[in-house]
Amino acid sequence: MADQDVLRAPNVVEYPFSRTTGPVIGAFFTALREGFIVGIVARDGTVIVPPVEYDPHTSESLTELVEVGDTGEVRSWAWVGEPLDGQPLGRPFAYALIKLDGADTPMVHAVDTGGDPSKISTGMRVRAKWLPAKPAGASEEEQTDPKGAVRTYREGHILDIECFVPGGQA
Amino acid sequence: MRDVAIISFAQTKHQRAVSDINEVEMLMPILGEALDGAGVKKDRVDFVCSGSSDYLAGQPFSFVMSLDAFGPWPPISESHVDMDGAWAVYEAWVKMQAGKADIALVYAYGKSSPGDIRKVLSRQLDPYYLGPLWVDPVSLAALQARVGLEAGAFSAEQMAEVAAASRRNAKANPYAQLSGDAEVAALLSEPEFVAPLRKHDCPPISDGAAVVVLAADGAARELSEHPAWIRGFDHRIEPHALGSRDLTTSVSTKQAAAKAGVGDKPVDLAELHAPFTHQELILRDALGLSDGVSINPSGGALCANPMMTAGLIRMGEAANRVTNGEASRAVAHATSGPCLQQNLVCVLEGE
Repeated sequence: MADQDVLRAPNVVEYPFSRTTGPVIGAFFTALREGFIVGIVARDGTVIVPPVEYDPHTSESLTELVEVGDTGEVRSWAWVGEPLDGQPLGRPFAYALIKLDGADTPMVHAVDTGGDPSKISTGMRVRAKWLPAKPAGASEEEQTDPKGAVRTYREGHILDIECFVPGGQA
Repeated sequence: MRDVAIISFAQTKHQRAVSDINEVEMLMPILGEALDGAGVKKDRVDFVCSGSSDYLAGQPFSFVMSLDAFGPWPPISESHVDMDGAWAVYEAWVKMQAGKADIALVYAYGKSSPGDIRKVLSRQLDPYYLGPLWVDPVSLAALQARVGLEAGAFSAEQMAEVAAASRRNAKANPYAQLSGDAEVAALLSEPEFVAPLRKHDCPPISDGAAVVVLAADGAARELSEHPAWIRGFDHRIEPHALGSRDLTTSVSTKQAAAKAGVGDKPVDLAELHAPFTHQELILRDALGLSDGVSINPSGGALCANPMMTAGLIRMGEAANRVTNGEASRAVAHATSGPCLQQNLVCVLEGE
């Protein structure tokens, strides 16, 4: 069959809807946009970060949000020598379980040590590296590229924290 | 409770990439083989249940076309789980307990080769906290392994021993993708892949499929001289948030094992769905298996890991060994989700 005989049509996959994140996840993202981090108090009094809507053990609804630090401690780490497309850093980095100051559960995020695996260890102190706040008047287009891959300003997203870096006092 | 048994099992020869045939063509020969093994034609099958993932196939309701391998005409009673086929066995077992089926066929398949499985599996995570980080299953398993290593729950040597034993066992498994004699010291001298994991700690990427036939009560006794009776069956899940879990153990496996009665009588053999070496160590401990228990005589998921299928294969491999008399009481286990989040435990016994 000659190429001009082949019928062709574009097939664009799109998800033309938005969703709301609710009172708990939404509050976490709103806080990130403002440059701080919140957790939620579980039934047993522990502070879960990032916050969850329901108690992981009793399944009760949780509502008590509390601010925690943007510094913390590495509890475990995995060294990603060859990052995959879309992962937070384009050079070797670590995914880590990071227990923030004031939290009782660790959260997963990326740690950037400049590509050097010898500069990370369990127990090490880290601090959040924040994107800048969105200036008044900045247009939506400046915020991210069409794929959402390049983030310029904080907008209420887990990658408002670009990554964690070594340092940060308790 | 109705007595339900696995009476037949078939699987493909698992490979890194099956590029020349589609899922239906992968399934057709082994569906025939499983039905022949059970000694029935498809008209005696009351219920068909499958396990697969749309994320691997890249389209919604992808399992519907896989039904062509069975041939859903005249109309059949069927269902599907977007999970490992071991959970499809659970659904079929419940259906049989309800008296709605006497003979059921369960199949599962997974072709990982068309995509990047590490990226695909990152999509099983929540879309707010973890999804945007594109954290992949190898990295998550590495976080779990380091927690266990640094807590002294297991060592890198023990992890390498799991890899070596799995590959040694797989030498007797013609369907395995990886097999051979590996020295622990040689494995440990390999560079780290996603530290602290080395490549031998991770499963191969596989394309494959499997089928089991289940029969209840009189049908099982009519069709099989040595049915592998399901005497205990349960599955449990842990919170999605990794930070809320104790990663050094498997709470949900312990719960499922207690409900399934694993510890009520001695176990000869266990087929454990542990895609990562340290997870086998965690599971052995959670299931309370003693040193004398034969673990993964098939080689396990470390030697062939077709997605959505490797757990069903554990059930088939364990059932085969009960049927052939190699074991009188066996445990089959399947897992799903990151870091052993969800676990299914099945106890199989001979007469």
